[in-house]
Amino acid sequence: MKMQSAIRPLIALALGFIGVAGVAWAQSALEHPDWQGKGIKPPTPDHPLQEIISGIHFRTKETQAMQEDDFNNPGFLAIERAEAMWSKPDGAAGKSCASCHQDAPVTMKGVGAAMPKWNEVLKKPVNLEQQINMCRTERMQAEPWKFKSQELTDMTAYVRLQSRGMPVSPKVDGPMTPWFEKGKNLYYTRNGQLDLACAGCHEKNHGKFLRADFMSQGQSNGFPVYRLRDQRLIPLHERMEGCIFDVRGEPYKPLSDEFVALELYLAWRGIGLPVETPGVRN
Amino acid sequence: MTDAAASYNLLFKIELGENKNMNNAISRRQAFGLGAGVIVGLALPLRPTAALAKNDAEEAIKSFAGGKTPEKAKVKLELPEIAENGNTVPVTVSIESPMTKDSYVKDVLIIADGNPRAGVITFHFSPSAVPEANTRIRLAETQNVVAVAKMNDGSVYMASKEVKVTIGGCGG
Amino acid sequence: MAETAPKPRIRLDRKEVKAGETIEIKSLISHIMESGQRRDPQGNIIPRKIINKFTCELDGEMVFGADLEPAVSANPYFQFKIKPGKSGTLKFTWIDDDGSKIEATEQIKVT
Repeated sequence: MKMQSAIRPLIALALGFIGVAGVAWAQSALEHPDWQGKGIKPPTPDHPLQEIISGIHFRTKETQAMQEDDFNNPGFLAIERAEAMWSKPDGAAGKSCASCHQDAPVTMKGVGAAMPKWNEVLKKPVNLEQQINMCRTERMQAEPWKFKSQELTDMTAYVRLQSRGMPVSPKVDGPMTPWFEKGKNLYYTRNGQLDLACAGCHEKNHGKFLRADFMSQGQSNGFPVYRLRDQRLIPLHERMEGCIFDVRGEPYKPLSDEFVALELYLAWRGIGLPVETPGVRN
Repeated sequence: MTDAAASYNLLFKIELGENKNMNNAISRRQAFGLGAGVIVGLALPLRPTAALAKNDAEEAIKSFAGGKTPEKAKVKLELPEIAENGNTVPVTVSIESPMTKDSYVKDVLIIADGNPRAGVITFHFSPSAVPEANTRIRLAETQNVVAVAKMNDGSVYMASKEVKVTIGGCGG
Repeated sequence: MAETAPKPRIRLDRKEVKAGETIEIKSLISHIMESGQRRDPQGNIIPRKIINKFTCELDGEMVFGADLEPAVSANPYFQFKIKPGKSGTLKFTWIDDDGSKIEATEQIKVT
């Protein structure tokens, strides 16, 4: 079992990210959290999961403690930054978010829980990041924020926070139907050199170890999340990019139709879960 | 169910079998399917034991302790046995001390013996502090974390704990 | 991380205590804690930029402090307890490698 430390990384590399000795070993050493029974019942019998469980229940007690108390949660540094930006004018129109939306805790309540949402003008669904940038370009005449910029991620988290505790409730019928189907298709389509679909890890094997990682259902209710790895807030599409990269695939572009469709389908898979933004994850 | 979902599920059932018991780790046979026959059995995701110090840990402890050999007592070090991610590892150190003007903890050095550099943080206490502190640290790999406490009379105590740092499957 | 001066977060579990009782303090500050060991895409080392010192003083007298190395995680977090002997102003100071200081204060009362 034991091998020279010099060649171990090479073999790890050759393996991609699936190591089996490690699976059994890590499980015996790591007391994984008690995740079963911590979720909710799916609203309809055709839902692919028997129990819908937030990602926080798959994390260690240390990580859970970091999310439980808003003061311990470093994601709130982002919230405070966004709170200050909310009423700061930007762009040629001299407006701030507050100029139209006044008090965020009142006006933004429930907005983030229902995203992505159908946009009648664009004839397609938009997610929170896109909606924020539409506000910036159309109403404020300001430059749109780049995806992954601190500003856009902070503001997305701040708006989502106003739905904290409310159930994730995307609309997937009517004109959203083809987008839902597109997202579902992507979820079950194998991708990359490792030839894995989202479902391979998150539907079939959550609550198990994938190498040293204890897999969750891949729910989106905590996003944007503060990742211990990156030590910053990560938007959902960046995490999805990471997943596809991990299976040695070529990720779709953030905010692309594909990722918005997948975001919609993921939201439906987590329907009824309370919004946790900003969550804390590994 | 869409066609893609149906055919996906079919494929998955063939390769992995049905997921009868969600509590179990992926069985060896199942995972061999996943790994497509590579030499999976050899991978060690975690180093089972930390190596001897390979940075300046010993020197750092020596110079902090002023030549004394720290006694393994009075210091308690709380760290997760396995860090979920090495970039943010919560650590709590506490020291037995009356914390009076005559007898108190002055400084506590935290060392990580497998990081590029050993020093992590040095806490400074006064008699009006409780001898306990918590912060979050970076650990580059599985290694020993050492806490050395120096009292106002110059006596030194220590504790150490090994923390396993996982090389995650889903680092992306 | 923001280029503007980071705003610290401080929380005291209580601000009024009897003599001999403890106050638990939590502090969090937004900072990248650039280790000086990473490289940019061009292969150049990204210069070290960390908070290297944190202090908590009561009316100018050191109560608790820390010297930080690059192995402290981004957004440095401290949780500690004090047993103040008198009422006064708690001053918290974070010192950046570039010499800049970030300060915050809290009033406490000991009865």
